[in-house]
Amino acid sequence: MAENSLTPRPEDFGLAKAASESVPITDQEPSGFFKQLLGFWVTFQAMFKKPNTVQYPEVKEPTAPRFHGRHQLNRHEDGLEKCIGCELCAWACPADAILVEGANNEEGAQFSPGERYGRVYQINYLRCIFCGLCIEACPTRALTMTNEYELADDQRSKLIFEKEDLLAPLRQGMLMPPHPMYPGSDDGTYYRGEVKGSHPSQETAPHA
Amino acid sequence: MTPEQALVEVEMITCIIDGFEVTVPKGTLVIRAAEKLGIQIPRFCDHPLLSPAGACRQCLVDIEINGRAFPKPQASCTIPVETGMIVKTQLTSPVAEKAQKGIMELLLINHPLDCPVCDKGGECPLQNQAMSSGRGESRYEGVKRTFEKPVAISSQVLLDRERCVLCARCTRFSDQIAGDPFITLNERGALQQVGIYEKDPFESYYSGNTVQICPVGALTGASYRFRSRPFDLVSTPSACEHCASGCAMRTDVRRGKTLRRLAGEDAAVNEEWNCDKGRWAFKYISSKERIASPLVRGTDGELHEASWPEALAAAAAGLKGKRVGVLVGGRATVEDAYGYSKFARVALSTNDIDFRARAHSDEETSFLSAVALGLTTTYADIDRADKVVLLGFEPEDESPIVFLRIFKQVRKRSLPVLTVAAFASRGSKKMKATLLPVVAGNEAAVIAGISELTSRSVILVGERLSESVGALSAAKALADSTGAKLAWIPRRAGERGALDVGAISTLLPGGRPVSDPAARVDLAAAWGVDSLPTSSGRTTAQILAAAESKELDAVVIGGVDPLDISAQALGQLLNTFVLSLEISHSAVTAIADVVLPVAAVAEKSGTFLDWEGRARAFDKAIPDSLTRSDVRILSMLADEIGAAINLPTVAATAREIQSLDKWDGATVAFAPVSDGSAPKVSGSEAVLASHRLLLDLGTLQNGEANLAGTARSATANISQGRAATLGVAEGDLVQISTQRGSVTVPAHITEMDDSSVWIPRNSEGSQAIANLGNVSGEVVTVVKA
Repeated sequence: MAENSLTPRPEDFGLAKAASESVPITDQEPSGFFKQLLGFWVTFQAMFKKPNTVQYPEVKEPTAPRFHGRHQLNRHEDGLEKCIGCELCAWACPADAILVEGANNEEGAQFSPGERYGRVYQINYLRCIFCGLCIEACPTRALTMTNEYELADDQRSKLIFEKEDLLAPLRQGMLMPPHPMYPGSDDGTYYRGEVKGSHPSQETAPHA
Repeated sequence: MTPEQALVEVEMITCIIDGFEVTVPKGTLVIRAAEKLGIQIPRFCDHPLLSPAGACRQCLVDIEINGRAFPKPQASCTIPVETGMIVKTQLTSPVAEKAQKGIMELLLINHPLDCPVCDKGGECPLQNQAMSSGRGESRYEGVKRTFEKPVAISSQVLLDRERCVLCARCTRFSDQIAGDPFITLNERGALQQVGIYEKDPFESYYSGNTVQICPVGALTGASYRFRSRPFDLVSTPSACEHCASGCAMRTDVRRGKTLRRLAGEDAAVNEEWNCDKGRWAFKYISSKERIASPLVRGTDGELHEASWPEALAAAAAGLKGKRVGVLVGGRATVEDAYGYSKFARVALSTNDIDFRARAHSDEETSFLSAVALGLTTTYADIDRADKVVLLGFEPEDESPIVFLRIFKQVRKRSLPVLTVAAFASRGSKKMKATLLPVVAGNEAAVIAGISELTSRSVILVGERLSESVGALSAAKALADSTGAKLAWIPRRAGERGALDVGAISTLLPGGRPVSDPAARVDLAAAWGVDSLPTSSGRTTAQILAAAESKELDAVVIGGVDPLDISAQALGQLLNTFVLSLEISHSAVTAIADVVLPVAAVAEKSGTFLDWEGRARAFDKAIPDSLTRSDVRILSMLADEIGAAINLPTVAATAREIQSLDKWDGATVAFAPVSDGSAPKVSGSEAVLASHRLLLDLGTLQNGEANLAGTARSATANISQGRAATLGVAEGDLVQISTQRGSVTVPAHITEMDDSSVWIPRNSEGSQAIANLGNVSGEVVTVVKA
């Protein structure tokens, strides 16, 4: 073949012809009749098995529990965001798919426990390779992966997920940030999971 | 090295570090000698420009002298090398390595696990050295010491005491470099912490440097808080546009937006420091007032957005064949100023061009064209001066790095400083300057009385000296008679460069006098034009007056605040065609007929000349900016007018400036002016003096509230005698008024002449020109408010 003529052969360097050339790569000779029949037995067996085909999208099957799907930004039990905007996920990302901009939690505008929160959080699913290094990097377990895999869309811009697309929904007992931290708590108590729900005093003035 | 220093024989010492022989000058610290060999000893407190402290103990090494070993590892940042010294660092001595690991473990015991929320994360010496010489896992199981955090020690600087490793870099900087010991180490033992004096806020002009040299995230800047990580930033070496000190800078940009600026390193100029204005005043670039597209005033009297060809056509129609004046402003780069200069001479055929957007005089014009260009004084002259004389110049406010250089020598060898000023400013007090109190107007006589200067003395003349008649002549005479080195230090970054490239009525580029036919011919040949305008041009004030009297049909204005010149300046422009080249909407664009948006410093490349005449070139920090430098716009406009100046890019302009040699022919002679004198005052009258504080209402400081928070508040400085007459105590409000208006600010009683009163020139509540109509030498009335 053409490629072969380009690759140097031992004799091109004045060496003895390699023994490998004289030895056949396989020892396959035409199989005997019984051997062939044995091969078809496998095929024959499959005819009596339950089919594995799933009629997606009419039928959807759950993924493996640790399947790497779309990301989610989690919340503490009182609704404050776990993300502190540290950018470690962006740093860890081998595909440069994550953009984070941190900001200061101001008095009256507390989004996460402690001083810092993620003001901008974007994941570009055109770039994401679902490797999960961001999840490993996250120091507050704010970023985890869901099993959601239906991420195709018809516009590139729709595949850049903003913070509101990624944030976990509010569950029972959670309040929509911004709101103050749980009375008597600090970022440490939140981190250790000692805040189990919201407190009535955290309900700030109703949002417009 | 200076010639004098070279003559002094420096004793060299040879020692052995990690088995390698190294020869260094006597007095070199072990840690520095090791650096010379490329051996990096971990350290936190050590800084080459601060005196050794041995505070952090991270740099422990094993030392042996003449066979006798120190019983314990020693801090290599405090011990100078000795002959016969054998040093073993962590690389060769297990004892040193163990000691360093132990220190690192101790430093980390109380250090919070804040790295994810800490601004220093990613560029933190503690993080890095914890990786290189720390343990992987903590053995500490106790509870970490905590402090309340963060504490705002000023509106710009936040302190997180938990993160502090007590290296004392910040306190040493404040004490030794800036002379503002507002920050200090309090308490002892485990509770030791950085603190500020309760009564004195951390109002240093240099506080940003403490953030930059903090080896951990204990001191962070409020403006950069949580904005970015080092890997997000694209750094560009830059130069500072805020004053003529000429600091090397680094501009860090994230996604087209400047997020921070840091002091660059230039041993000959700013060493490793800069001032807070240079560090934090960059938000004006992204202000809402930025002009996005050309604007043309329509028939309805309003400015409308226009395309570039439309706007250039409108501008050309207003300028072509007309009598035009050009006001350059002090912020132009050398290339831009050259563009204005060539544009005025070639496209407008006029010498009516002036870069001085401030009080000025004909005496100053003569001084600038005959004297200032030939001055060769540098920072190094300050370093070896036997005396520094400050004339009309407050270095801390008007050129902060000059202040740092003088202060360094004051601290090191008690350099005598003499200042001719209305009162002893905080900067003067820090320099322990001898004050020659002067009433504005009397400067010439006081300067003439200065004696005991030698050829090693340095006379620093500020731009404000032009406000006093005869003072520049007296300064020149003083320098001539004593042989002292003279320097002219303007306040704005662009003035020295603008003078060099002839953005002034009396000079053409390269110092060629307009009045010299040979110089004109020389330049005309270089520019490829038939002739250059011969008539002597107008100064800023004359251009404005001519605009008002319709002797000029149009004025081209680049980056000028009319209230920097005079109270009437804006009104004088109302009847002429005004073309404004501006970055943001201003008083001038509000009345301009055509407004062309130009690039701010971060968006363009260019060069500034600092006060020494040293070129400070910088590159675009925001690469994809669509804004254009002034020179490029002027070149397009000249094409439109039909008299091309052929300066299509900044680089081409720089090449053209390079190709024009400095003028080596005859220069104009300085025309001395006889001494002026202060007006006589009596009763509640006083003579006004003022200067601009570093942090004030300047337009380039717009949009940075944290910086404005540390501006010194306005006071009216009066003498003890006047205070007694008025019956005011320190802090009582006094009103200073002229026919135009008044300023009411708290009184500050200080040593000054009884007939004098001083206010800040452009601070909140005290704007000399806007409120009083004058900046100095005017008779004002001072009463208790």
